[in-house]
Amino acid sequence: MKEVTKLIHKYLRHDKKFPHVSCPGCGNGIILGALIRAIDRIGFAKDEIVLISGIGCSGRMPVYVDFNTLHTTHGRALTFATGIKLAKPELTVIVFMGDGDATAIGGNHFIHAARRNVDVSAIIFNNNIYGMTGGQFSPTTPYGMKATTAPYWHIEHAFKIAELAVTAGAVFVGRETVYNAKGLDALIEKALLKKGFSVVETITHCHIQYGRYNRLGTAVDMLKWQRDNSIPVEKAQKLSSEELEGKIITGVLVDRELPIYQHEYDRIRERAREIAV
Amino acid sequence: MGAERRELLMQGNEAVAEGALAAGCRFFAGYPITPSTEIAEYLSVKLPHLGGTFIQMEDELASMGAVIGASLAGVKAMTATSGPGFSLMQENIGFACEAEVPCVVVNVMRGGPSTGLPTFPAQGDVMQARWGTHGDHPIIVLSAASVPECFSLTVRAFNLSERYRTPIILLLDEVVAHMREKITMPPAEELEIFNRVTPTVPPEWYIPYADTPSGVPPMAPFGEGYRYHVTGLTHDIRGFPTARDDEIGPFIKRLFRKISQNFPDIHMSQTFRTEDAEITVIAYGCVARSAKRAVVEARDRGLKAGLLKLMTVWPFDRSAVEQAARRSKVVLVPEMNMGQISREVKRVNNGVSTVETLNKVDGTLITPGEILEKITEVLS
Repeated sequence: MKEVTKLIHKYLRHDKKFPHVSCPGCGNGIILGALIRAIDRIGFAKDEIVLISGIGCSGRMPVYVDFNTLHTTHGRALTFATGIKLAKPELTVIVFMGDGDATAIGGNHFIHAARRNVDVSAIIFNNNIYGMTGGQFSPTTPYGMKATTAPYWHIEHAFKIAELAVTAGAVFVGRETVYNAKGLDALIEKALLKKGFSVVETITHCHIQYGRYNRLGTAVDMLKWQRDNSIPVEKAQKLSSEELEGKIITGVLVDRELPIYQHEYDRIRERAREIAV
Repeated sequence: MGAERRELLMQGNEAVAEGALAAGCRFFAGYPITPSTEIAEYLSVKLPHLGGTFIQMEDELASMGAVIGASLAGVKAMTATSGPGFSLMQENIGFACEAEVPCVVVNVMRGGPSTGLPTFPAQGDVMQARWGTHGDHPIIVLSAASVPECFSLTVRAFNLSERYRTPIILLLDEVVAHMREKITMPPAEELEIFNRVTPTVPPEWYIPYADTPSGVPPMAPFGEGYRYHVTGLTHDIRGFPTARDDEIGPFIKRLFRKISQNFPDIHMSQTFRTEDAEITVIAYGCVARSAKRAVVEARDRGLKAGLLKLMTVWPFDRSAVEQAARRSKVVLVPEMNMGQISREVKRVNNGVSTVETLNKVDGTLITPGEILEKITEVLS
């Protein structure tokens, strides 16, 4: 408990009027806490962190923490991140996005950020729903589930965000649940230390919207569901696709080396100076 | 660069790029679109040489986001586009207005709506430049009519954006962007360059959106000890979202005040033979060139014509137009749209003189002959 208090004092903005916007029982605070713990363990200075978000419940998180914080437009957080990182490469740029933020309105920016490989870490809050606007289906709402805009049932199929990031070229991709908060701490720490575009898909719960429409119970019930349906990636590799149906594969999905945009661009600068146009 | 003046033959788009570099722009993010692409191409060559950054993004939404990001990190940044891309940029232009992030957006106008006429000139985006992004906001929009102006107004656009912490729109049209003419490049030391005011107080005293006499709070770049919050939500003086009416109203009013109390600095126009003009042509962009020629020819025929060329389109230069309206019996507004600036002229004129319009929307330039014909018709 003492440790927690220390982190609260060190990283939260005390001049910002609490209470925060998250509903009681929300998983978003666990993700923000995991980020703070990871940053504290690595020992980054607060001045070198830029925490950027888009729109939605996840978008409201940066305001509470004492970094350089930027709350952008819906889906565009990664584009702002790209500009900041390229203009000032010494900054550590971290982006919070929701599932709709990252893969609906910002889907194009997401895949291109992964392909481009600018050194930015993206932490995605996947709660399978648009929570802030009142529970409309998102690109990760599973087939057959209900939402306020899928009152009968949902007829589209969900994106697998982490797999999408792997395919698009991200150098580091992991997935974890908020239930396994310690695992999430460790995963975010790895992502922050990785050079290049890293993605952490965090499975969280929205018991207020998604859970309520689909009768999934309380926040605790949904956390237990996460616990009971998670399979570490090492174990998942030994299972068939039928056995993995509906399961959450957690851990590091990919960790690879690819050329980093800033390094490549530095070589362009050198070349441009050589030929001195 | 020495102190000598270099005389060059240059294209309008290239002059924009040179102006940007001279103003200190070191970041460009854009997406290819005719007829603006040469600006991107030119800067993709020059920026890395100067240690700057050129990046081609996945679309114009992303381009505008990256430009704002770079500016928040303390680097002067711009993008360039045309109508369809300008439509996509509106979302984040609004963000730059709300969060007060300096940046420059060049819109090389082509025929519209929609894909319209990619390689033909038009002036159909004048109102979009003013009101393209949602919500009540002030904006500064400039219009260049020649290659030298492409250079000088780009420098001016950066200076205004830095001074007033606001996005600046520079309107070109396909004619001005693609024509080549002589430009005398001023030596670097003769250029007046304004850099944004940064805080001098220690970080714990810094109030990022404080009201100041100028209405423009000092701006700290990210990563230099001033940790603060930037948001597109309506915010209080600390930058934190607010729902308090006593904070919302003053914030929006300050956004307007920082522009409106500085009209004399922002407004730019030129007059040509207006001193005794019975008819004043009010024009901007490529049409102003035709208008000048028409005025010369009208004078040759003994017709008392003059020209008011608007270089600042928004905020609308009320005093310049009022003067023209008071002096002349007739004001003529030729435009390559169905009447956008002429509506403003009529509003400002308020019945003082007769306002005539000449509108052309067929993808071709309004010629001096067409303006001369209208002048002759109106004065006879």
